[in-house]
Amino acid sequence: MTLELFSQYLLAGVTYGIIYAIVGIGFNIIYNTTGIINFAQGEFVMLGGMTAISLTQWLPLPLAIGAAVVVVMLIGALVEILFIRWLDRPSVLRMIIITIGISILIREAALHIWGDGVRSLPYFAGNEITTIQVLGARVSPQVLWVIGVCAVMVLALSLFFKYTLQGKKMQACAANRMAATLCGISTKNMVTLSFMLSAGIGALAGCVMSPITYTQYDIGTGLAIKGFTVAILGGLGSSMAAVTAGLLLGLIEAFSVSVVPLAFQDAIAITLLLAILFFRPHGLFGSKDAAGLKEF
Amino acid sequence: MKRHLPLALLVLTAIGVQQLTHATGTAFYLTPLTMAAYYSLVIVGLCLLMGYAGQISLGHAGFFAIGGYLSAMLTTRDLTPYQDNPVLVLLDKLGCTVTGQDMFGGAVLHVHPWAAFACAILITIAVAYGIGIPVLKLKGHYLAMATLGFGIIVYRLVLASPLFGEADGISEVPAFPLFPGLAVSGGFESRVSNYYLAWGMVACAMWLLANLIHSRVGRALRAIHGAEDATNAMGVNTARYKLNTFVISAVLAAVAGIFLTHYNGGIGPSEAGIMKSVRYVAIVAIGGMANLWGALVMGSLLNIMSLRGMFGSYDDAVFGLILIVIMLFAPRGLLGLSLPQGLKRLLKRGE
Repeated sequence: MTLELFSQYLLAGVTYGIIYAIVGIGFNIIYNTTGIINFAQGEFVMLGGMTAISLTQWLPLPLAIGAAVVVVMLIGALVEILFIRWLDRPSVLRMIIITIGISILIREAALHIWGDGVRSLPYFAGNEITTIQVLGARVSPQVLWVIGVCAVMVLALSLFFKYTLQGKKMQACAANRMAATLCGISTKNMVTLSFMLSAGIGALAGCVMSPITYTQYDIGTGLAIKGFTVAILGGLGSSMAAVTAGLLLGLIEAFSVSVVPLAFQDAIAITLLLAILFFRPHGLFGSKDAAGLKEF
Repeated sequence: MKRHLPLALLVLTAIGVQQLTHATGTAFYLTPLTMAAYYSLVIVGLCLLMGYAGQISLGHAGFFAIGGYLSAMLTTRDLTPYQDNPVLVLLDKLGCTVTGQDMFGGAVLHVHPWAAFACAILITIAVAYGIGIPVLKLKGHYLAMATLGFGIIVYRLVLASPLFGEADGISEVPAFPLFPGLAVSGGFESRVSNYYLAWGMVACAMWLLANLIHSRVGRALRAIHGAEDATNAMGVNTARYKLNTFVISAVLAAVAGIFLTHYNGGIGPSEAGIMKSVRYVAIVAIGGMANLWGALVMGSLLNIMSLRGMFGSYDDAVFGLILIVIMLFAPRGLLGLSLPQGLKRLLKRGE
């Protein structure tokens, strides 16, 4: 393998990997405050891209993306308030089925609103044939946008959880819901906030990836599976480990292109998921004892 | 005796419906009714797994597809080039092959449907054990995601393999001669006999499952659903019970897949899709999880409505909505709603 080819695969892997990482972090944020895996996580990414594409008719690109993120955050809050907030200690099976139902409804709504065509946002800089040279590989500047925006998002999230009051409240909920309630934190509001937050980061990722990966009404399921793989691989609940796991999955996928036919590429992530579930369900970086205490 | 009452009711309803379509000249309803019967086989099997053993499976369309696709592939692909292969020679000696002619008059060699059936079922059992042993150790979200992953892998494989016809699926699957004079086929003239055949299979499956859940096994399964650790402590081998239930429901799905494929004369990748698996789960949920008859009734109704195209382009959306509404407001199923009590309360308020 030449150096050029190697860095080409490397950049492709990092681009996809960081998107998977964002979806995986979205899973973790909601899981930490509620103990629920939100099967509709991938739909937020799709909604972000689709809404932004529609809004570019009336708004300049940056405003359209900003507005799309806000809209999807509101949808995330709405989903939580309508379907989850008022349930009293629901069983895991019930929550799985409800979030699957939500994902189907969002997908079908998108199908009827936007049709089944493939859409995309315009490139943020240049156009589809603009390339720049990085490490000997020729890539679209959009790749740098994706990596840059997602990296900033990861950084901002970790600062949010560490230094702001809201972030600390959410962490308190994740650590011990009962104790957080006793300290006067409204756990219900924290759950709504976690849905908004993970919808928001999903939507922003959906916008920046749209020019290169395209947006279609049914991309959510595939992204959700990969995001979940990443969340499990890193150890469920740990956001920063999800970034490492996301990059790992992205790189494995990118480099496997030279060995495995493209049609089977999705199967790689799923095989990895099954292998992790069977052999190390607490994740590569998670502790087995801590995982034993969690309910799922 | 009371236990056999629903079964008798099922047989009577099946006969009644056929007579009704005959009398009113609406025999075209028999086709969706027959297809709904085969889908019901998947649903009651999944009901046993979800409702009684308490294990969710989001990959049952995968087992349906394994059965349907293997049977379709073995009975349609021409094996003439492999004629001298020892396996094929053995099959030939055992009378498990059929020869025919293709559209140009050339000789073709297929596997006999019964041999294909046996092969498909054996592979389904092997896959179900292979998947079930590691998967059933998982719980909750992990189990759901692992079974979903299995379903997607099957879908991807049939979509990517030229052997299984890729996006086109397999068509021109021959009729399945069950006994002399009785074949599973979509022919116009055999519509009535196929209708009875399909519902006869459903009745057999219901009889077997009803007996199973009223036996020692059924009690063990319900105990697992209630409290797995406690059941283990009582000396019940919970892992084995869960695994065997998983395999039984997988086999039922595969049988349904095989016969529906021969009835329709083909199978496409959408039968292996995630939405199909989710749809089966939705129907089991609306039937009330641990309620075989509820699942059968709701499954037949919804499948007939869906097959008749009543939901139009909102087909998947309807099933998504059903999932949410049932799980939010009636987690014990539509038939589990205590309607009489609710009515009583309303009447009292009226006084």
